[in-house]
Amino acid sequence: MKRINYHALMLSAMAIIIGMSACKPKNAGTAVNSDAASKVYVAPGKYDEFYNFVSGGFSGQLSVYGLPSGRLLRVIPVFSVDPEKGWGYSEETKPMLMTSHGEVPWDDLHHVQLSQTNGEIDGRWVFGNGNNTPRVARIDLTTFRTAEILELPNSGGNHSSPFITENTEYVIAGTRFSVPPDNVNGDVPINTYKKNFKGTISFISVDKENGNMDIAFQLVCPGVNFDLSHAGKGKSHGWFFFSCYNTEQANTLLEVNASKNDKDFIMAVNWKLAEQLIKEGKGVKQAVKYASNRFDEKTHTATSTMKTEVLTLDIKKYPGLAYMIPCPKSPHGCDVDPSGEFIVGSGKLAALIPVFSFDKIQKAIAAKDFEGSYDSIPVIKYASALHGEVQKPGLGPLHTEFDGRGNAYTSMFVSSEVVKWSIKDLKVLDRVPTYYSVGHLMIPGGDSRKPNGKYLVAYNKITKDRYLPTGPELSQSAQLYDISGDKMQLLLDYPTIGEPHYAQAVAADVIRNKSVKFFKIEENKHPYVAKGEAETKVVREGNKVHVYMTEIRSHLTPDNIEGIRIGDEVYFHITNLEQDWDVPHGFAIKGALNAELLVMPGETTTLKWIPDRVGIFPMYCTDFCSALHQEMSGYVRVSPAGSNVPLVYSTGTNMPADNGGAAVKDSTKK
Amino acid sequence: MKKFAAILSLVFFIAACGGGNTENNAEKAKETSTESAITESGNPSYDPNRGEGKFKDVEVSPNLDVKLADAGEKVYSVKCSGCHKLSDEKLVGPGWAGVTLRHKPEWIMNFVTNTDEMIDKDPKVQAQLEICLVRMPNQGLTDQDARDVYEFMRKNDGVK
Repeated sequence: MKRINYHALMLSAMAIIIGMSACKPKNAGTAVNSDAASKVYVAPGKYDEFYNFVSGGFSGQLSVYGLPSGRLLRVIPVFSVDPEKGWGYSEETKPMLMTSHGEVPWDDLHHVQLSQTNGEIDGRWVFGNGNNTPRVARIDLTTFRTAEILELPNSGGNHSSPFITENTEYVIAGTRFSVPPDNVNGDVPINTYKKNFKGTISFISVDKENGNMDIAFQLVCPGVNFDLSHAGKGKSHGWFFFSCYNTEQANTLLEVNASKNDKDFIMAVNWKLAEQLIKEGKGVKQAVKYASNRFDEKTHTATSTMKTEVLTLDIKKYPGLAYMIPCPKSPHGCDVDPSGEFIVGSGKLAALIPVFSFDKIQKAIAAKDFEGSYDSIPVIKYASALHGEVQKPGLGPLHTEFDGRGNAYTSMFVSSEVVKWSIKDLKVLDRVPTYYSVGHLMIPGGDSRKPNGKYLVAYNKITKDRYLPTGPELSQSAQLYDISGDKMQLLLDYPTIGEPHYAQAVAADVIRNKSVKFFKIEENKHPYVAKGEAETKVVREGNKVHVYMTEIRSHLTPDNIEGIRIGDEVYFHITNLEQDWDVPHGFAIKGALNAELLVMPGETTTLKWIPDRVGIFPMYCTDFCSALHQEMSGYVRVSPAGSNVPLVYSTGTNMPADNGGAAVKDSTKK
Repeated sequence: MKKFAAILSLVFFIAACGGGNTENNAEKAKETSTESAITESGNPSYDPNRGEGKFKDVEVSPNLDVKLADAGEKVYSVKCSGCHKLSDEKLVGPGWAGVTLRHKPEWIMNFVTNTDEMIDKDPKVQAQLEICLVRMPNQGLTDQDARDVYEFMRKNDGVK
């Protein structure tokens, strides 16, 4: 998506690059020191120091890398179906992708946020945003599975999300595309944007115990594009800062028409006040429709609930709730330093980086030091809010992270570099090239109160000429830098899945020991579980056939099923009886129009199968499980509709018929 | 890991073909275990009668404890019956008939709770692996589960 936004920028960048080609390192060799390999080498059998959660962008998924090795540990399916894992195909996971529009099998996951306690990463959950059909997901870091997906009403393009407050009180979802509210007739001319379109910011509460998300309230804001955001922390806890572009309120050719104002805004929201107003009953109930999808670990099953109401607060009606801070020019990143005092706005079309001071903002508010208002919201004077500007940082500043030692690191999309600067005196200290066109960057804990300033990873949009060519479509990349010294040092460069946007990382110890190894079969509350082979059975209910099947190394029970008829819907409820780590079993059957299943030890998962023809259908375990894995298979016999073949099922007892039984009649010869 | 397990099974198989005969190993282990000498598995203190694990002295009364045996049957049905018959017939693993006559209670209870280590160290288990070619999974039995299952095995072997 960024490529489209930045075509114009890239053109001018190319002109600059051509003009300054001498500045660009000729190859990686010129940028990498000889000790880089030893710094990223994690010996076989050894663990990485950090878990790194990386958004998959248009893949819709979340990838997990180890740092410093850059090894891909896992891809967690979130918003997109994943036939490999049966995600969105098994009966249990289908409800996770339900929305008010129906089942949406894809989304665009841009940003990740690890849950925090007291402004430090606590390793419980990681949140991700769905940009296209606005949603927020919560991934449980004991199972590394998506535990919840919540849809957002009154929203379009959930980009300014899922940023959190410092105790994970709220996850934020700010709409990038303002739209008419869901409860009014949206059949209006597009060019009535100024009149009819609204921006909303959802405050999603997170249950402290189980993580369950609910929309606590929505702020109704002027129709602009909310781009990114970060919560205040420490002294600024209680405030939230949102970058806004398209304050021109253009509805067409935004590339030009939303780039006219010299300054757009960072909107500062006093969310503690909003919370207070909601407590006082000031929230207005609005009829909407949105899905709340939760996965229950005991039944191994997701439930989708359609909700019909949200509480809204119109920020215009409550003075003190929000203030606009002018920010040059079309700000993208909106990042708060570890102390909570400094707010960095990255105007992607600006040739400088403004840094605002929380104390100065508070003083300006107290003194009503305003230059006017924007749609009834007071606009604080730029100079009154400003700590200072980083001069000539590079071209196309996008995002900033912090090392906890007083330094900030900003990604420069157009000039393809990471720039290190001092927060105190705003001096540029160092710059390193990226290959090429860096978008987000991240330092472990780099947006929290306690960054771990050892490494920085830059996520690049363009990799042309970096890897062996793979046709027209190339991977995006991540580049790892050592930032422990005065000079940043490029260590490693590796391809990523999808398109990485924001990422976060945390010391492995915070998560590692909490990892679930298998599900206890005793605690399995799935309605179709078979706890042991004695409980396996096949039950016909009209044209629905439920197969209670177990898997253990290395057989299916039952593995011979007869009496299935054309017109039947067959549900294979597979329980993996293993109770040890890393012993999943798979399940697949010929002609299934959905996917396979991967069933974890102690879990029950269901594949629906509608046989389309008469015959014998093999089924088998897809996940190599033992020396006798190839034997782990069975057959289903499908007879014509109305056939009297009795429903029978067994394992190990259906012995060969005398003389091989009746010969098959060849139906092709007449 | 799955592949690793399979490869490991093969390794045991190959090791047996190429080198020592496991019966001899078992004999050796028996002879030397009391003297803490180094066995074939490289473990100086491995006791092939007791196995390795937390169970050292399991008290077993001459008569069957029906309560324990009933609880053990339930565990068997969920976690064991997929692979072990109650007769002497092999399914995935060996049938259970006579198992309490072949092994001490400590050995059985250690094996079902400390499975991986025993597979790696115990000569008799390694000999079984050559026959079955499937590493017995650790089925996550609690200490009490292990005791219950042992009592159920005794019942299966005719203890009244």
